[in-house]
Amino acid sequence: MNPPKTINRRQWLLRIQQIGMIAVGVCLSPLTVFAKKEEADSAIKQITGGAPIRDGRVTLVIPPLVENGNLVVLNVSVDSPMTANNYVKVIHVIAEGNPLPQIFAAYLSPRSGTANITTRVRLADSQRVWAIAQMSDGSFWQGYAETLVTLSACTEMV
Amino acid sequence: MKKKAALSAIFFLCALLTTLCFAASPMTSHQQQSSYELMSAENKAMQDDISLNPAMFWVGDGESLWQAKGSPNTKSCASCHGDVKKSMRGVATQFPKVIKGKLQTLEGQINQCREVRQEAPKLAYESKDLLALTALIALQSKGMPISVKETPTNKKDLKQGQEFFNQRMGQLNLSCAQCHEERAGLRLGGSLIPQGHPNAYPIYRLEWQTLGSVQRRLRNCMSGVRAQQFEYGSSEMAQLELYLMWRARGMPMESPGVRP
Amino acid sequence: MSKTSRTSVTMPAQAKKGAIIEIRAIAQHDMESGFRYTEGGKIIPRDIIRVFTCSYNNAEIFKADFYPGIGANPLIIFTTIATESGMLEFKWVGDDGYEASNQARITVT
Repeated sequence: MNPPKTINRRQWLLRIQQIGMIAVGVCLSPLTVFAKKEEADSAIKQITGGAPIRDGRVTLVIPPLVENGNLVVLNVSVDSPMTANNYVKVIHVIAEGNPLPQIFAAYLSPRSGTANITTRVRLADSQRVWAIAQMSDGSFWQGYAETLVTLSACTEMV
Repeated sequence: MKKKAALSAIFFLCALLTTLCFAASPMTSHQQQSSYELMSAENKAMQDDISLNPAMFWVGDGESLWQAKGSPNTKSCASCHGDVKKSMRGVATQFPKVIKGKLQTLEGQINQCREVRQEAPKLAYESKDLLALTALIALQSKGMPISVKETPTNKKDLKQGQEFFNQRMGQLNLSCAQCHEERAGLRLGGSLIPQGHPNAYPIYRLEWQTLGSVQRRLRNCMSGVRAQQFEYGSSEMAQLELYLMWRARGMPMESPGVRP
Repeated sequence: MSKTSRTSVTMPAQAKKGAIIEIRAIAQHDMESGFRYTEGGKIIPRDIIRVFTCSYNNAEIFKADFYPGIGANPLIIFTTIATESGMLEFKWVGDDGYEASNQARITVT
């Protein structure tokens, strides 16, 4: 189809506006939001190698409302006797809403006594955080926590 | 006739009481509250437990600096002041104060000592070393009440500081008082508005991911209302800090604190 | 980030044999995430602690991999069983040649 030889200013402005709205729509579309979750899912898949993950035994605790996402106290505990034949080998923490989904990995042994780790993490946004435990028998278990991250008032002028 | 008189008497009393309530300065009609109270349990624990408080690293640096000489021939802080725990006990509760005719903040006095007594260069505001020394000295006042009082020597500066606190500033045209006095306890966005007392400085602010001074925080407040920020170490800053410490008088120091 | 920094370890000095003890270890480090920009718009390169290890009389009993999502001045709290008297060694290794270490003695009765 041949475009009109001349296009008046009003038509041009209308077209620009339509393109602009499409662009905004793409940015705000669910697809962009889920991109981070896909990265998190693929990070989890890398950990398990595609093996099935069972829900339970893993408890992840983060404050439900966070005043500043730069330093959030996170505790993960796994229900395990931590004996020579039955212990947690690794605990992985994956964040669905961070620019990089991996947060940390803790390697334990029967000498650990408990599978209870506390650390302080960065949360870029309100999100769901996962903890995946790899057991000595090769099984994977998972738990999650969701949190709302707010911003501090009156920040530095950038 | 009697009923009418009684009613007007009651009306007059109510009007009088209402006037009295508004006439009294807000700080006397409600208790001072540290912004510690507004923090989550986790952040409170971070401040209270020295094994969790990141500010303790700066205190450790401060302890080393306290012993260090500027150069082989000059003195260290310890040369004059001895044991920091003894000599600096309660000192931070008194600042800002007028020393030799000049209103000095704690940082200002540290630099004064360095320049004059140690023949060492001044430390820049928000530098690791100045923060370390401030944290070390402020820690020696932990739990002690702020003792800044109005005196004949600081009266003029205190009044100027109060004016700064009450005057509108910035593109948003807001005064400190409008948020931190009139609306303390209400919400701005998701955050509770604190009364804005400087009783925990220097603080490890989670927003900064590092330790910082009260002047850094005040500059943040000013950028928050899009105002021209007071310069570090300026007399305006010292006057405002003096007013804030006077306003917080009697409150226990929490330094070094943790804040979101 | 400089090559080393202060660290702090909190754990009991004494314990009964077989008791589970809590260890808190924290290092002074900015943990520059690599996702921040300067005022001029340039990206600030990643510079973080990568690995934390704890050895108990030379046997590694705990290890953690840190990623940029770990907050500044990283803290880790974990447990171990007090098996025998001796030395616990703590080591932090990170980008740009960063290395820090700490020790703590424990008496197990």
